[in-house]
Amino acid sequence: MTTHLDVRGLTLTTQGRTLVSNLSFAIAPGERVGLIGESGSGKSLTAMAVSGLLPAAIRAQGSITLAGQEVIGAPGRVLDRLRGTEIAIVFQEPLTALDPLMRIGRQIGIPLSRRHRRDGRDLSGRALESEILGLLEKVRLPDPSRILRAHPWEISGGQRQRVAIAMALACRPKLLIADEPTTALDVTTQAEVLKLLDALVKELGMALLFISHDLPVVASIAERVIVLRSGEAVEAGPAGEVLVQPRHPYTQTLVEAARAFDDALSGGR
Amino acid sequence: MTTIADIPQAKPSRRGSLTLRVGLALLGIHLVLGLLTVFWTPYDPAAMAGGRLSPPSLAHWAGTDRLGRDLMTQIMIGSRIALMVGAGAVVIGALIGVTLGLLAAFATRFLDDVLAAALDILIAFPTLLLAMLVVAASESASLGTAIVALGIALSAIVARLTRILAKRVLAQDYITAARTSGTSWPMVVFKHILPNIWPTLSVNFALQFGLAVIAEASLSYLGLGAPPPNASWGRLLQEAQGTVYTAPLGAILPGIALVILVIGMNFLADGLRDRADPMRGAAR
Repeated sequence: MTTHLDVRGLTLTTQGRTLVSNLSFAIAPGERVGLIGESGSGKSLTAMAVSGLLPAAIRAQGSITLAGQEVIGAPGRVLDRLRGTEIAIVFQEPLTALDPLMRIGRQIGIPLSRRHRRDGRDLSGRALESEILGLLEKVRLPDPSRILRAHPWEISGGQRQRVAIAMALACRPKLLIADEPTTALDVTTQAEVLKLLDALVKELGMALLFISHDLPVVASIAERVIVLRSGEAVEAGPAGEVLVQPRHPYTQTLVEAARAFDDALSGGR
Repeated sequence: MTTIADIPQAKPSRRGSLTLRVGLALLGIHLVLGLLTVFWTPYDPAAMAGGRLSPPSLAHWAGTDRLGRDLMTQIMIGSRIALMVGAGAVVIGALIGVTLGLLAAFATRFLDDVLAAALDILIAFPTLLLAMLVVAASESASLGTAIVALGIALSAIVARLTRILAKRVLAQDYITAARTSGTSWPMVVFKHILPNIWPTLSVNFALQFGLAVIAEASLSYLGLGAPPPNASWGRLLQEAQGTVYTAPLGAILPGIALVILVIGMNFLADGLRDRADPMRGAAR
C-alpha cells in the first residue's frame, strides 16, 4: 500500500513533559482517518507536527514522512513547498482563522494563485476571480459575488467555515487536515459542513485526517479511527469496529458516554 | 410613549471624521504655504526687502525682521522645512523602527530580550537629548543631520510598538492558517502583519510628526538645527528673541505657525485613531 502520510514513533516533549508518545499511523491517498480524543490529548499538536508548524518550545522525535519527504527537522523552504500542496488545514474557529482586514476574495486568491504558480501557471485578474467564484460555489456559499467582496465579520459563522474550507481547497492538497472543523458551529450548520466536507473529499479524491472529540461526527465521516488518550494511541481500527465494539476500556467509556447522551435525548422525548 | 424609533441607535461617530478633517485642514495650510515656496516666495528670502523691523503693511503682511527681510517669506519657508523635517524624520524612524521591531518579534527569546532592553534604554532618553547627541556626533550641523538625528531618536518608540503589535498578530490563528497553506514568513509579514499593525502605527506616526517638528524647532533654536540660510521656525524665534519687546510679531508668528502644524498633526492622529477603532468613537 502506498502511503501519503507516514507517522512513525512520533514523540512530542516540552520541558520534560511528554505531550504525545510513540504515535504511529499512516494515511493512504484518498483514505479518511479520524483522530479521536478529549481536549489536551495531543490531537491538534499531532496535526501541527505533521505540517511542520510546532511551536519552537516543543521537541519532536520519531519520523513523519509526507509525500516521501521527512518533515521533522526539514528546512523552512522545503516545508513551505509541502504546505499548501501536499497538505492543508481547516481550523476549529473560522473567525480567527481569517485575516480580519482582508476581503474574502483575496484570502482565497492568495493560496489559489500560489498553487497555480507552483504548477507553472500564472493566474490573475478575471481568470483568478472566476476561479475564486468557482470555489465559493463549490463550498455552496450563497451569493458568491457578494461574499467575494465581504470582510470576514460581514458573513455568518457557518459561511466563514465554508470560506476556510474553500481556502484549503484552493491549495488542492492531497491530504486535508480538519481540526475540529465543526466544533465552533451550531448543530444544524455542523451537519451541513460535515456533509459538504464528506462530498468534497470524495469528489476531489483527497485524503482526510479528521480531528474531533465528537464520536458520532467522526463515525459519520471516517473509515478508520485512532483513539488518543494523553498522547498515546489506545486503540485503532476500522470506524465500524472500534465504535461499535470498542476493546480498550477508555474507548468503551467514550462510546458509553455518547450512548448515554443519546439515550437521555431520546428518553426525554 | 417610547417607540423603537426613539431609542438612540449606535451610529458611526461623526466626531472621528470631524477631527480628521480639522487636522487635514490645518496640515493643508502648511502644505500649501510650503509647496508654494518651491516655486515662488513673496520676496527673496535672503535679501533686504524693506526697512528693519517694520510693522505689518500691505507690502509686508507680517512685517520685516531686524535685517529687513520679509517675515512672511521666512515663515513660509519655515513651513517647508518643518514639513520636510517631520516627514523625513518619521520615514527614517519608521524604516529603522519597523525593521528592528519585526526582528525582535521574530527573534529567539535571548535576542528579543537583548533588543527589548536596548530599546528601553533608548526610550528612557528624551527624544531631543538623543537628537542632540546624534547632531553633536556628526561633523557639521545641517538640515539632513537634524532629520537623521530625529529619525533615529523616534525609531526606538516605533520599534517597541511594532514589536508588541507584531507579536500580537503573530499569535493569531490566521497566521497559522496562512502558514499551513504554504505562505512563507516574508509573505506573512507583507500580506498579514504590516496591514494589521498599520492602523495603530499610522496614529503613532502622525503624533511623532508633530513631535519631530517641535524637536527640530528646539534644535534650531539652540543652533543645532539647519544653519542660517534655512529659515527654520526655531531659528526665527531665536533671532526675534532680542527684539521681542519692540517687535513681538517676529516671535509670535513663527510660534503660531508651529502651533497650527503640531495641533493639526495631533487632530489628524486623533482622527486616525477613531477610524482605526470605530467602537471607541461610538461609545462616547
